[in-house]
Amino acid sequence: MEKTVEVLKSATVRFAGDSGDGMQIVGSRFTETSAFFGNDLSTFPDYPAEIRAPAGTLFGVSGFQIQFSSQDVYSPGDEPDVLVAMNPAALKVNLKDLKKHGTIIANEDAFIEKNLNLAGYKSNPLDDGSLAGYKLIKVPITRATNNAVKDLGLTAKDANRCKNFYALGITYWLYDRPLEITMQWLESKFSKNKVIAEANVKALKAGFYFGETAEIFTTRYKVAPAKLPKGIYRNITGNHAAALGILAASLKSGLPLFLGSYPITPASDILHDLASYKNFGVKTFQAEDEIAAICASIGAAFGGSLAFTSTSGPGMALKQEAIGLAVMVELPLVIANIQRGGPSTGLPTKTEQADLFQAILGRNGECPVPVVAASSPADCFMMMFEAARIACKFMTPVIFLSDGYLANGAEPWRIPHESELPIIEGDFRTEKEGYFPYMRDEFLARPWVKPGTPGMEHRIGGLEKQHITGNVSYDTNNHEFMVKLRAEKVKNIENHIPLAEVEGDQEGELLILGWGSTYGAITSARVRLLAKGYNVSRVHLRYLNPFPKNLGEVLKRFKHVLVPELNLGQLSFIMKAEYLLDVIPMNKVQGLPFKASEIENKVIELLKK
Amino acid sequence: MDIETTNGTQVKLTAKDYASDQDVRWCPGCGDYSILAQVQRVMPSFNIPKEKTVFVAGIGCSSRFPYYMNTYGFHSIHGRATAVASGLKLARPDLDVWIASGDGDLLSIGGNHFIHLLRRNINTVILLFNNRIYGLTKGQYSPTSEHGKITKSSPMGSLEEPFNPLTLALGAGASFVARTMDRDPKHMQDMIAKAHEFRGTSFVETFQNCNIYNDGAFLTYTEKDTKPEHTVFIEHGKPLLFGKSKELGIKLNGFRPEIISLEDGKHTINDVIVHDETSRELAMIIAQFTDMKDFPVPFGVLYKVERPLYEEQMEQQIVEAKEKLGEGDLEKLLFAGNTWEIK
Repeated sequence: MEKTVEVLKSATVRFAGDSGDGMQIVGSRFTETSAFFGNDLSTFPDYPAEIRAPAGTLFGVSGFQIQFSSQDVYSPGDEPDVLVAMNPAALKVNLKDLKKHGTIIANEDAFIEKNLNLAGYKSNPLDDGSLAGYKLIKVPITRATNNAVKDLGLTAKDANRCKNFYALGITYWLYDRPLEITMQWLESKFSKNKVIAEANVKALKAGFYFGETAEIFTTRYKVAPAKLPKGIYRNITGNHAAALGILAASLKSGLPLFLGSYPITPASDILHDLASYKNFGVKTFQAEDEIAAICASIGAAFGGSLAFTSTSGPGMALKQEAIGLAVMVELPLVIANIQRGGPSTGLPTKTEQADLFQAILGRNGECPVPVVAASSPADCFMMMFEAARIACKFMTPVIFLSDGYLANGAEPWRIPHESELPIIEGDFRTEKEGYFPYMRDEFLARPWVKPGTPGMEHRIGGLEKQHITGNVSYDTNNHEFMVKLRAEKVKNIENHIPLAEVEGDQEGELLILGWGSTYGAITSARVRLLAKGYNVSRVHLRYLNPFPKNLGEVLKRFKHVLVPELNLGQLSFIMKAEYLLDVIPMNKVQGLPFKASEIENKVIELLKK
Repeated sequence: MDIETTNGTQVKLTAKDYASDQDVRWCPGCGDYSILAQVQRVMPSFNIPKEKTVFVAGIGCSSRFPYYMNTYGFHSIHGRATAVASGLKLARPDLDVWIASGDGDLLSIGGNHFIHLLRRNINTVILLFNNRIYGLTKGQYSPTSEHGKITKSSPMGSLEEPFNPLTLALGAGASFVARTMDRDPKHMQDMIAKAHEFRGTSFVETFQNCNIYNDGAFLTYTEKDTKPEHTVFIEHGKPLLFGKSKELGIKLNGFRPEIISLEDGKHTINDVIVHDETSRELAMIIAQFTDMKDFPVPFGVLYKVERPLYEEQMEQQIVEAKEKLGEGDLEKLLFAGNTWEIK
């Protein structure tokens, strides 16, 4: 049968199956191949907190969505064009998101009575006509996979486990992707178990050839490479970028890197990555708890390291007292909070932006801490680097905010050359003459003196310090002076960060103000709104304490300011308090990122009023 | 003795050089003064430049210690001295890191960090100032206060069984465990010196009198009349003898220790346990005398066995990683994996 080829600007595919089905693995492989192919892309892994949730259940469904395009991509896509459903539960959970008339590739072998019952289907949706509005492609993925690997003498379990690569093969055919990159990955991943590598390669190819020869696919799609800015690219997740960012800061400052950390979802990959950079002299310390992790880092900062601690919301709450200590002793420290759904244990694997208050307003006493936030997976590199720069220059702890969506999501990253990165000032004072531990430079930073420096022995601690001498002081006027001095030191950082930049008209009817991981969804929404003739401007914040110093003035140039956030309105609250502005909150707390269409519709609704 | 500083000059240091310019603010008569004095007295003998020495503390009366030492110092937050010191020593193995802590700070709020430092064996000295009470918060029972202790927060008596810091430390895998008392300066100096000399986490418990909130808690062990019969000073290779004329000894009957008299005609010195500081089993038995009726409370080095240092193994892994992968190259790492060029 002759198959037609349709050229698309962009496409969105979602892989869904049991949490043990390897959906994250094939999603990542599809991502890697598409990136290498030259598409711009954005991904959204969505998986349960349980490592291997009971098979076939609705809550055990793991999904991975990718949008890839020949144009710029800002988000993982609102609605998939293709849903790969490895079992009934995966279909049930994901069908509601599928595009109207979208394609379902279902593993019909898994649609047996037991699984249908677990998913709550009374009849088999593959046969009962309920999917009539979609393009349904039933494939016996389990049997076909077993057939493909039958000569290799695998156990039934090992043979079955290759079925994710069979499904991947089908999607590679459908979107005209090359197989080589995935084959190389399999060969290197299973270099010690060549039979498993071979079996997965066979499954991948069998899936691909199934698309080629089966009579059920009438159309094949092409998504051409995107025209991205010149440079060398790689695909990168937020956590990986964050780890590289802090490592780069260590090398550009000449300060040895020390990470104290306690494993926590979704931040642990940062610890894993840095633990593998020992040949850079990086020291990683898996502490007994969150408090020990940050305290060890503070000890390392006292010793002259670039000190870093990584965590997520609940761990952040535990670290607050120690962050206060770092504020009091004025040592550089970077604290990464990879936010997740809260409060308490909340939704460990889901995304949320509800720790902004905790970052800006946490801790006892008047305790100002600079806060930065990454706006995309790749941006985690630069904002982590920025956090380190601010920490060293101003002798202060700095909080870096990311979230589960950025941490695990991936996008192409134009890799900076080491020489393009600025030098970070991290100088130690060794001049004894005129030295006092709490004297100030022009940035209000105190000098950093490492133990081991002769003649400059001094004591620091959490008790209030006398101005200049750093001796313990209970003097009431000195306390107020020091509280104001610490606040002024942080506020003054506004003179050393970029101004807020408005994209679009510099004044007008409506401005969308975002921060952190909503960047992609807001950008996509704005592109669509402009195409429809709605004139919308936007500002995206990467510096949240202090804010860019022109922010209040910029916001006042617009009649409406819409603030979309994955919380109940924390930035909105601060905008109202800081600038007396009646901003319009737009909030979502479902553990999921915004869809561009949600923001688009909200703007249209506002402008039609 | 002349000590060479890191910038090459020779200086002769004395105890006075280790006193900072800050007024000591402990209550007059506090046992902490003795600990401060003994530490300052032994410091010059270590032949370590003053600037290489760091005292780290948490919160409590004892934790003001760093302010009174003219070395580098860090008065951190409640319970976390061991964590701060761990990070400092790992980042800077060249420094001589000390931890000053109290029974509340080290064993209650900081209990977790304490046991983990001991099992990791990072080369630091932990000085526990055990006065069996909360002093700075004005007199509540502590994790080492005896059951039934009447305090402001336990007017009808504490319901808690106390920790024995020695068995706790041994149970956590400590590699050096010793005990001394504030009223025996010579013994304390000896214990501090031995703890410092040891390569690994050294734990020294000091019975320290709080003359305001728990006065006389250790009188039985510190006063001339009662000390001989209620304490046993142990030394490696020497028999466990006590009493006014060392007429009493301790022997083992199976796993059970028994007090014997060398004057009753039934026992000789050969029946008495000879202390072996390399035996964790024996150390555990001796440590428990503290809580056993009629048994003397042990002082001295109970256990001392060197094992690999955490920080040295950490450095070693870095050396091995560099040998295997080559010195880290950021440019190479940034451009690692699958990359593609857009022209």
